[in-house]
Amino acid sequence: MAAPAKRVEQLDRVVIRFAGDSGDGMQLTGDRFTSETAQLGNDISTLPNFPAEIRAPAGTLPGVSSFQVHFADYDILTPGDAPDVLVAMNPAALKANLSELPAGADIIVNTDEFTRRNLAKVGYAASPLEDGSLADFAVHPVALTTLTLGALSELGVAKKDGERAKNMFALGLLSWMYSRPFESTLRFLERKFAKRPDLVAANKAAFQAGWNYGETTEAFAVRYEIKPARMSPGTYRNITGNQALALGLVAAAVRSGLPLFLGAYPITPASDILHELSKHKRFGVTTMQAEDEIAAIGAALGAAYGGALGVTTTSGPGVALKGETISLAIALELPLVIVDVQRAGPSTGMPTKTEQADLNMALFGRHGEAPLAVIAPKSPSDCFHAALEAARIALTYRTPVILLSDNYVANGSEPWLLPSAAELPDLRVTFATEPNTDDGRFLPYLRDPQTMARPWAVPGTPGLEHRIGGLEKADKTGDISYDPANHEFMVRTRQARIEAISVPEVDVEDPSEDAGVLVLGWGSTYGPIGAACRALRQRGLSVAQAHLRHLAPLPANLGAVLAGYDKVVVPEMNLGQLAAVIRSRYLVDVVPFNQVSGLPFTAGTLESMLEDVVKNG
Amino acid sequence: MAETVAVKLTAKDFKSDQEVRWCPGCGDYAILAAVQQFMPELGLPRENIVFVSGIGCSSRFPYYMNTYGMHSIHGRAPAIATGLSASRPDLSVWVVTGDGDALSIGGNHLIHALRRNVNIKILLFNNRIYGLTKGQYSPTSELGKITKSTPAGSADSPFNPLSLALGAEATFVARTIDSDRKHLQSVLRAAAAHEGSAFVEIYQNCNIFNDGAFELVKDPSTRDEHLIRLEQGEPITVGGLNVVHPEGSFGLKVQEGGTPIVHDATVEDPAYAFALSRLSGSDLGTTPIGVFRNVQRPSYDEIVRKQVHDAKAQATGTPDQMLDDLLNTGDTWTII
Ligand SMILES: Cc1ncc(C[n+]2csc(CCOP(=O)(O)OP(=O)(O)O)c2C)c(N)n1
Ligand code: SF4
Ligand SMILES: [Mg+2]
Repeated sequence: MAAPAKRVEQLDRVVIRFAGDSGDGMQLTGDRFTSETAQLGNDISTLPNFPAEIRAPAGTLPGVSSFQVHFADYDILTPGDAPDVLVAMNPAALKANLSELPAGADIIVNTDEFTRRNLAKVGYAASPLEDGSLADFAVHPVALTTLTLGALSELGVAKKDGERAKNMFALGLLSWMYSRPFESTLRFLERKFAKRPDLVAANKAAFQAGWNYGETTEAFAVRYEIKPARMSPGTYRNITGNQALALGLVAAAVRSGLPLFLGAYPITPASDILHELSKHKRFGVTTMQAEDEIAAIGAALGAAYGGALGVTTTSGPGVALKGETISLAIALELPLVIVDVQRAGPSTGMPTKTEQADLNMALFGRHGEAPLAVIAPKSPSDCFHAALEAARIALTYRTPVILLSDNYVANGSEPWLLPSAAELPDLRVTFATEPNTDDGRFLPYLRDPQTMARPWAVPGTPGLEHRIGGLEKADKTGDISYDPANHEFMVRTRQARIEAISVPEVDVEDPSEDAGVLVLGWGSTYGPIGAACRALRQRGLSVAQAHLRHLAPLPANLGAVLAGYDKVVVPEMNLGQLAAVIRSRYLVDVVPFNQVSGLPFTAGTLESMLEDVVKNG
Repeated sequence: MAETVAVKLTAKDFKSDQEVRWCPGCGDYAILAAVQQFMPELGLPRENIVFVSGIGCSSRFPYYMNTYGMHSIHGRAPAIATGLSASRPDLSVWVVTGDGDALSIGGNHLIHALRRNVNIKILLFNNRIYGLTKGQYSPTSELGKITKSTPAGSADSPFNPLSLALGAEATFVARTIDSDRKHLQSVLRAAAAHEGSAFVEIYQNCNIFNDGAFELVKDPSTRDEHLIRLEQGEPITVGGLNVVHPEGSFGLKVQEGGTPIVHDATVEDPAYAFALSRLSGSDLGTTPIGVFRNVQRPSYDEIVRKQVHDAKAQATGTPDQMLDDLLNTGDTWTII
């Protein structure tokens, strides 16, 4: 690939969106571009956007699948508000994404797909490539399919296989444009098609042709470079939230020394956690695909009763079904981790879109006074640490814990500085083995004075035979009790023991130390809120940011933090669920800022909202 | 070297300190006594035995057993027991459930536990009524049953629990009666010896809300004409009549003369046990008791544990080292 000199420009950041039909391999193309970019050392944040249908009719708007990658020579917090470059593999991909493009954006289109038939499918009367409607953009028409087939003509691959390699042509072209190292992609192709040498050759040739096309034709006059970001030393890997969460659960099993039992029923966007964990049996991980969400949590609870780290993973509709069993776990005071990868509801809602609207359900969605711990990860890689933290709380305090992830962090990805196993928290537990009274009896509800946890006495332990159940239990003995004073005591104790869980204080980021406005977020909004705060600060405005990982119990210093600001703004992807909690608990008249479009906040949206609050109060 | 003395347990060892709270005369008492007396035969220490139940009068059972036990929530005991059994091969896990618990709210878990052949023993106390909620009809109540919730008679046909279990691919299916301790214990013995799910329907009298539901097969004056005792290797007969397989028919028939079928619970084809289960309709006309089906199939527990065991056997290094390797999988890059 020898190069005739082309102009090279330096950029500090770029957002590229690969968009095509769901059969065009856009997720894979985006993944590979991301991996090349990671090798180069840029900071990265990615976000896929899948169609809800598995195979929507080809060439239609519902069939469009896209992958956005934001990379920079500094550390970034979001996948980017809007693409600088759109790769549109067909008219549907162009139409579906055009409204999000800022003027001046580059559009690379596969002209071969702009046939009259395909244009008609998405309601284009005339080709937008010819009617002047794209005048605001820098359009690069490329006959991607023809060029790919031309490059493969010598190889004798079937036409269908040749056409399918066009995504590699696009990847080659973009890799050239942004000066990406491509060795890992070539290796990847060898691995992926190990059993089909003809496809390895075809895809490699297509990639090379794309690269050469950029280098040799005049269609692309400029090539870009984005220097590596300054990142902390260490080994990194790019990871999605769901993967990180699964690895965090494996890490919790390793660090607790307990077998992990996952009960799950497939549901978008949580299924990938089940898929990932089912690959790690060598860590003593058992995964059970149950007949429904109720059975899934039931089996996990049964395993927890037997001394395993019991976990169930699902999304909102599944949590609704699990409610009764969660209450049982609260009454039994057994450790259990319930993962809710939130999606847009109610009901089936928009399964592939994001939302934070299950907070109320997590905090309050059960019968009776049924308190438990709730935590939420703030980014894809943070899902790893959040899973460990959920396990820590569950095991230490013998309680169910709900971990509220969402589609945005679950499917988004970012570089993850890999921790070393030995530095991870020690989660070892002690099972009860002996009677716990002076007179040699075993009282299953006698609490540890420190943690208020009851003993975990698993079946198989001689001398500690006892019965537990959902009926109200007498303090200490655990015998069935209808005594009014005992019930009052037990209800208050269950509440008190959740409130007594030790959680880290919430940090405030307020570099100027003179901010009057605090933005308080939770979960996956960390990235866009952080990016908005940075942008404001760069413009000389002061704003403080605090982000909650622990929603129950809330950090002990939160009240004091809130009291330190004139105004507290709470952005959420719901109608104000955390805001209501904060108001009722701290009597602070927070300003809610809500978006329930199924899309994550853009940094720009938050920046202009916050600017208004900072300037105008 | 210390000598281990195997302590011989008795029924008394399996009685918990809890006061039994069923209505006087309830069939549950007889079942409890029979189970407690049978338990020592398992030859297991008490701590390795677990009773898991759902909700209902019958589901109070675990409180009265001096073993480990969990009184869970309505219908979910098979699911909970599945997680426990799959992760703890050393335990003998028993599920106690009622006709409402197992066949209404928990029907899904029951059929899937049986299909998976989880190594649990399911005792379904069938009193053909909702006892705990004070007498509504259940999925085993006869059509037209008049109860508090069906003053004009129930409009839905009942399940035959054994037919259902067989349809769900159960490997062990049996029926017995609360008042026949000897028979009940013989069925428990066979269930306990079975690797995989054992499904045992126990006719249980609720003397408060559905008294006499099984009188036809209990009363010595009518019993012999209506009760079929299945014995392995013995011809199947009832009150001087034979159970035969008429040529050209799919099912079994009770008739005078002909050649009685010789019972074999190990017949692979579930059609045989199913035909037996159809001998009794809702009216209990001719009701077989005993072990209908007892065949071998690998249990879910065994398969799942083998997968984990085999994966572990191939692993090398300490758990922390393995974890480090796992975290460092895929395309990684290092910044110095
Ligand atoms: C979710 C839920 N729904 C309803 C009930 C009320 N309930 C308790 S037991 C029962 C029926 C029990 O019938 P069965 O299983 O036949 O047991 P029996 O009392 O007859 O032994 C019902 C409806 C409950 N406890 N939980
Ligand atoms: S209501 Fe019926 S089943 Fe329940 S305890 Fe009383 S007699 Fe037994
Ligand atoms: Mg009943």
